[in-house]
Formats: sequence, structure tokens, C-alpha cells
Amino acid sequence: MKVFRILGRNIRDSFKSVLRNFSLSMASISSITITLLVVSISIVLSYNVNNFAVLVEKDVTIVAFIENSVTDEDIANIEEQINRLQNVETYEFQGKEDITKDMMESSDVFQNIMGGWSLDENPIQDTFLVKVTDIEQIGDTATKIKEIENVSVVKYGEGMVEQLIKIFQVVERISFIMVISLILVTAFLISNTIKITIFSRKTEIGIMRLVGASNINIKIPFILEGLFLGILGSIVPVVITTYGYMSLFKNFNGQLFSPFIKLINPAPFIYYISGILVLIGVTVGMFGSWRAVRKHLKI
Amino acid sequence: MDLINIRKANKKYNTGVTAIYDLDLKIKKGEFVFVIGATGCGKSTLIKMLYREEKPTSGQIIVGGIDVAKLKNNKVFKLRRQIGVVFQNYRLLEKSTVYENVAFALEIFGTPKDEIHQKVIKVLELVGLKNRIKSYPNQLSGGEQQRVAIARAIVNGPKLLICDEPTGNLDEDTSSEIMEVLEEINKLGTTIIMVTHDRKIVERMNKRVILLDAGRLLKDYEKGTYKNESI
Repeated sequence: MKVFRILGRNIRDSFKSVLRNFSLSMASISSITITLLVVSISIVLSYNVNNFAVLVEKDVTIVAFIENSVTDEDIANIEEQINRLQNVETYEFQGKEDITKDMMESSDVFQNIMGGWSLDENPIQDTFLVKVTDIEQIGDTATKIKEIENVSVVKYGEGMVEQLIKIFQVVERISFIMVISLILVTAFLISNTIKITIFSRKTEIGIMRLVGASNINIKIPFILEGLFLGILGSIVPVVITTYGYMSLFKNFNGQLFSPFIKLINPAPFIYYISGILVLIGVTVGMFGSWRAVRKHLKI
Repeated sequence: MDLINIRKANKKYNTGVTAIYDLDLKIKKGEFVFVIGATGCGKSTLIKMLYREEKPTSGQIIVGGIDVAKLKNNKVFKLRRQIGVVFQNYRLLEKSTVYENVAFALEIFGTPKDEIHQKVIKVLELVGLKNRIKSYPNQLSGGEQQRVAIARAIVNGPKLLICDEPTGNLDEDTSSEIMEVLEEINKLGTTIIMVTHDRKIVERMNKRVILLDAGRLLKDYEKGTYKNESI
């Protein structure tokens, strides 16, 4: 009971202090709000880019064209060699008859052109469609497949895949650096606010010391104040992220600019983001005040 | 039984100034002791060491069974809970009422509300401020503010009350009123050590008097033996 009474008093004091130093508290809260908004945008962006990257990776396929002169035995041999490659996740054989049939079904133009071809006239080649485990090594795997006997051409969208991977990496790095720098700036601002609170409550702290308040008893209200600043500062970013992302998802039908770029479903994504934002706010707030207490509250 | 036992205490500040030299002093429970001497004689340093605002450079200072010199910073609160301190400049919370100022000393320990109310009213009655509980410090006279400070210092029931020139800012009549309050507190069993410049008060009160000079104990007058001699 006693502990709860002390805690209750500390919470009340921390709130009082936030209100008493209103302009300073507002500066810290605004700073946390801006930081968390940027953090939120960065996280939403990088998660979606990641998601997009995963989708792209899933879609990237190596197409190995097989020479028309091969026998069934040769095809079995090629299949065995592809199967033996380490980076191969799945593969699928598509015979030229199946490809022709699919193409004819997909368009009337193809139907007209290909419909007249006899089996010998059909220039389309048998193919193996190969998906890889590690997208970054797709080039190596494609080269190894090309080296297999009777494989004529190998295509996997060379250049584009590598470029996309690079862009994703750059976006991730930039957002990471931005988030870290903003967090540091905010922690510093909170630390400053708490420092001023400490100075403005010097008499009170002096009396607390004199009447025998323990160090923890004196320090806790300041740490709690940082925590409250963190919570208050995360309210606006959480609301904006939640409603902003939900309306973005709704207005764009879950995709950005083209069906190729799919957005992550709002639930539970926005709940995770909100949780992360509050957690960052609280941690930064407490870290900032702890720093100020350690530096300026010599007991 | 001794509440305070000081043996061979020395205090040298980092600036090189030695404030206390080889001080030996014993104060019994329930005593009322004045500490007097010229400015810079070490009075303030002596009482600051008693509530561990300063640490002796060497020697031993035992207060209520606690060895002040060996006390770690994070354990100082244990000593302070046995001591009440009153200053010349009152040190009240300006934005809090008389009641809140006194209750503050109990609230930080998580004392239940009912108990706080009982103790605060009792102690304000003792210092004669029961009818001013809702006033703010700036609405009180100097003497009244000092009484609030005294009430706050004794509300936790300390064994020792240290008063650092509590009448320094007050006129003669108000000082006498404060002394009456202190005498009353002393009669209830609290040991009091009071630093003062006011020799008239010291003469009138007829208590034990410690006279310091340049950091040394010059004279220790037993109760009722003090005479105002120029030093």
C-alpha cells in the first residue's frame, strides 16, 4: 500500500510538473511528435518496400530455354543438374506445346499466327522456370544453368533485379540513419527539459533531501516526467499513422501506383507500428530524463 | 545517553581552508545546546556535518548511532530521517499552503492521508499556526514562516532538531516567540542544537553553550553557566 501511495504521489507530481513547465513540456512533446512522425513514415515506408521486395523476389524467375534438338533423356539430364544447384528453390518444366497452347489461349493474335504451325515448324523452345532461394545470387545461378549442356539461353531480367535490390538497400539505410539521428536529437531535448525542471524544483529537492527522502524517491518523479512526455508525444503520431495509413490503403485499393506495388494490410500492421511508436516515445523520454537526472541531480 | 558523539573531528575544504580542528563533543539526548562564535568560526560546518551535508576529513561523528563519516551517499536518507533542520531563510514551497508544506515531509514517505492530517494538525497546533493552514508562505510574517519550517522539521518526530540561525531574520519579539516554540519542542524530548549570533537569546535561555573560535572548541558552558564575554 505504501509503495502505491508513493508511486501515486510521484505520478501526480510528474503530471503537475509537466503542466507547471507547460511551454517547455510542449517543446519536448512537439519534438517527440515530429520525431515519431518521421519514424512512423520511415517504418511504414521501409516495411512496405520490404514487402514489395519480398513480392518481387518471389516473382523473379530464371527462364532456361532448351535447344530444340534435345531428346527426353537430355531434358531429364538437365533437370537433374538444375535440381543439384544449391540456390534453386523450385523449378518447373514447360514443354513447347504447353507454352504454345497457353499463348494461343491468351490472345487472338497468337491464335491466328501459331494456329497454323505444325510441330516441326513451332520455333518455341521447351523451358525450365527456376525460382531461387537467395535473390542476390541469382546472377551466379543463372550462369551455372547456362553452362549446362543443351541449355541455349537463360533470362532472369538481368540488371533490373540488381538495381531494385540496390534501391531497397539505400532506402532502408537512409531511413535508419534518419530515425537514429532524430531519436538522439529528441533525447537531448527531453534531457534539457528535465534539466530545467530539476533547476526549477531545486528548493523542493533540497527539502526532500533534508527530510530524508531516498535517492530513488527523489529521482523517480523526473524519470516519470520523461515517460509522460514520451507518451504524450506519441499520441498524435499514433493517431495520424493509424488513420493516415488506413485511408491511404482504402483510397488506393491496397496498391500504390500500379498493381505491382502492393501495400501491407492495415491490420495488424498499424497496431505494431503504434506499439513501436509508443515504445520509442517512452524509451526516448525516460532515457532523456535519466541522462538529466544523472548529470544534474547529484545526491 | 549520548545522541551525538564527536571525536577528533577535522574538516578541511578543497580550497585548503580548515573549518574544524580536532573537535571533541558529546551531546546527550534531550539537551538544548547553543553553538556560538564569530562568523567563519566553523559553526555552520559543524552542524552541516551532523546532517551529513559535509563529511569530516578525519575523526568520528556519531549521530543517533550512525557513523556519519562512513555513511555512503545513498544511505544518507537514513540519517536524515532522524533529524529535522531549520534554516534562517525558512526554505518553504512558495506555491504550497502551510498545510501542504508540512504534509510534504510525510507524503514523500507514503504516509496514509488520515495519519498525515492528524500529525500536521497536531504539529501546527504546537507551533501556534492551526488557524493559518490554508495560507500561502507569502501571506505569512517572517516569524510565522519560520514556525511552518519548524513544524515541517518536527512532523516526522526526529530525535534531533538542528536550527541554523532560525531567528536571524526576525525581530526581537518574534525571535522570543520562536524560542518559546523551540523550548516547547525540547520539553517534549527532542534534542535541539541551535546556531546563533544572538547573544541575548543565549543569555536569556540559560542552556548549554558551545563556543567555537577558528574551528576549535573554545569553551563548553554547562547549562546556566554562560556569561556574555567578548572574545
